[in-house]
Amino acid sequence: MREVAVIGVGMTKWGELWDKSLRNIFVETALLALDDAGVVEVNSMYVGSMSSGLFVGQEHIASLLADYLGQSNIPSTRVETACASGGLALRLGYMEIAAGISELVLVGGIEKMTDVSGYEATYALGTAADQEYEGYHGITFPGLYGLIARAHMEKYGTTREQLAMVAVKNHHNGSKNPLAQFPYEITVDSVLNSVMIADPLRILDCSPITDGAAAVVLCPAEMARKMDKPVVKIIGSGHATDTIALSSRKDITWLEAVYKAAKQAYAEADKGPQDIDIIEVHDCFTIAEICVLEALGIVEKGKGGDAVEQGLTSLEGKIPVNTSGGLKAKGHPVGATGAAQVVEIVKQLRGEAGERQIKKARIGLAQNMGGSGGSSVVHLFERE
Amino acid sequence: MDGIVGYGGYIPRNRIKVEEIAKVWGADAPSYKKGLMLEEKSVPSPDQDTITMSVEATKSALKRAGIDPQDIEAVYVGSESHPYAVKPSGTVLAEAIGATPEVHTADFEFACKAGTEGMYVALCLVRAGEIKYGLAVGADTSQGAPGDALEYSAAAGAAAFIFGKDNVVAEAKETYSYMTDTPDFWRREYQFYPQHGGRFTGDPAYFKHIVGAGRGILEKAGMKPSDFNYVIFHQPNGKFPLKVGEMLGFEKKQIEPGWLVSKLGNTYSGSSPLGLTATLDISKPGDKILIVSYGSGAGSDAFIFEVKDRIEEVRDLAPKTREMLDENKNYLEYGEYAKFRQKIRKAE
Repeated sequence: MREVAVIGVGMTKWGELWDKSLRNIFVETALLALDDAGVVEVNSMYVGSMSSGLFVGQEHIASLLADYLGQSNIPSTRVETACASGGLALRLGYMEIAAGISELVLVGGIEKMTDVSGYEATYALGTAADQEYEGYHGITFPGLYGLIARAHMEKYGTTREQLAMVAVKNHHNGSKNPLAQFPYEITVDSVLNSVMIADPLRILDCSPITDGAAAVVLCPAEMARKMDKPVVKIIGSGHATDTIALSSRKDITWLEAVYKAAKQAYAEADKGPQDIDIIEVHDCFTIAEICVLEALGIVEKGKGGDAVEQGLTSLEGKIPVNTSGGLKAKGHPVGATGAAQVVEIVKQLRGEAGERQIKKARIGLAQNMGGSGGSSVVHLFERE
Repeated sequence: MDGIVGYGGYIPRNRIKVEEIAKVWGADAPSYKKGLMLEEKSVPSPDQDTITMSVEATKSALKRAGIDPQDIEAVYVGSESHPYAVKPSGTVLAEAIGATPEVHTADFEFACKAGTEGMYVALCLVRAGEIKYGLAVGADTSQGAPGDALEYSAAAGAAAFIFGKDNVVAEAKETYSYMTDTPDFWRREYQFYPQHGGRFTGDPAYFKHIVGAGRGILEKAGMKPSDFNYVIFHQPNGKFPLKVGEMLGFEKKQIEPGWLVSKLGNTYSGSSPLGLTATLDISKPGDKILIVSYGSGAGSDAFIFEVKDRIEEVRDLAPKTREMLDENKNYLEYGEYAKFRQKIRKAE
């Protein structure tokens, strides 16, 4: 297998982009990535999108987006594994370059979520849960993650305040990210007093509904070394699945898909949790960040809450987590999230992360997740 | 000189508090009170509707105008809750006040700005010399779906204005309208409750159009915010009019006299017109007033009025808007409210 590098990244301001359509948002973002890479044409494209059909009534977007990007006739593939679609798109692009099939691949993610009402958006997101065993009973994602949070609190003594601290930390980081949907600081008090959504989760525990896209350009590392930019390689890629119904799992506080995907990525990179400098995780709800850190082996089982409380994961901590603001502050256009995590890691490893730059960051990890952990994708990156 | 010769407001005496609604839906009352600056709203009685409230407001306007209703040659009712889908509200109003049969009547609908549309047309017909007096009413018994955010604000009220050339109380100095096709709020035929675009009703809708109309009329008139004693903006909640005032460069003290929403709710077509009646109630000769309405769909009408000496003579001839808002209130529990608003219906 060939070594693979990320040579271009692009992201535009996320938020409620009422005056832009799905194709506008994607094209703007992808052009930034192509410009950053200094390339005009790519050999193929992978686009992560969870539910363009339910959100904007448009399927067949791989061709549409290739066309509007001026890349008509190239092989272009839409990738869907719920909220991990962007991460999985990266993995497919990575495999294509590593296998020697293509020299330049554009990988992106897009979701345009505000063309429908909150009710319809909740329904669309809910299709990532098991419709027969979960959706049928009326549960939505805040409800499922509320169950996980309650179980984690009961089993490990994780506190309500610790959950809040995840959101506070991510908003602090997000306040330094001008592209974030909500670049504002919040406090533990404001989280604890915000509107209840699904006990014990309140609205400030939940990632928002967002319009946005992110894109990266991949090529063989050998080609990247000839360019005048720091070379950021993908050194490990992992992907795993789990039951999509929470009720089918032995322990709902444990994310087996994350664990398995991480294990693969660590093995391929010959690295372990102790080697990582920065991490982007899928904090769709505050409890998710806690469970993911445990499944990645960054902290012991049950210690995710303590980690945030002790500052381990803050910008100044031992392993900064979600320097971008995470899904909570940066926003969560579901299909785009996995690609945006890569944008952040690459910016950090290149030293281009501005006010939130982590000094001497060399190895980064991005973890993207579908549903309540029914799928997960983990990538490891290293700056040469 | 043309302008308002008589005005009157009407607010039903029933109220329901935000807490009472929030209690039923398990919602967070403090967040509505703080976020939307709403405390309570008016509720029509079971036998009140857009027409009866229009009649009440018009009776006050006639008292202040001191004219023969037979001289009213146009009657316009703006509302999004006309009691009939087919059959005018205006005919009933015209008959009730004794303005028939030599009168032109029309019903207007443009979400929350139907009231100022009627005002614009009545004023322009007076200006054109086609009619002696024209009556325009903005009235609504607005509907918010149970449990929806709108339920905390959808209220009832009416404001009536008689336009003419003689004995003017407030001279109309300038008008300006601004609109685009922006679907932020709508109700299709046979639907009982409207739907809305959530936050989309903010920046691209309310703020864009009020700022557009506000800037437009100031430029057209060659005036600046500090030239005005008072300003009234459409009041869908407490926060929006204060914020848009700031955006246009007005101070809170210019807005406050006509800012009724925290205790009144959003009376839709009656909203900014009632703000105007409340402001006229306390204004002095020479005062300059700007009013900018907003209707979803979307657009704004703006007017500049200059208050004349006659205000002193007519102000006390009919009930004042603030008095109706603050006195003689009857608080409802949600059950009574649900009955009054026909949210529950008896078996046939």
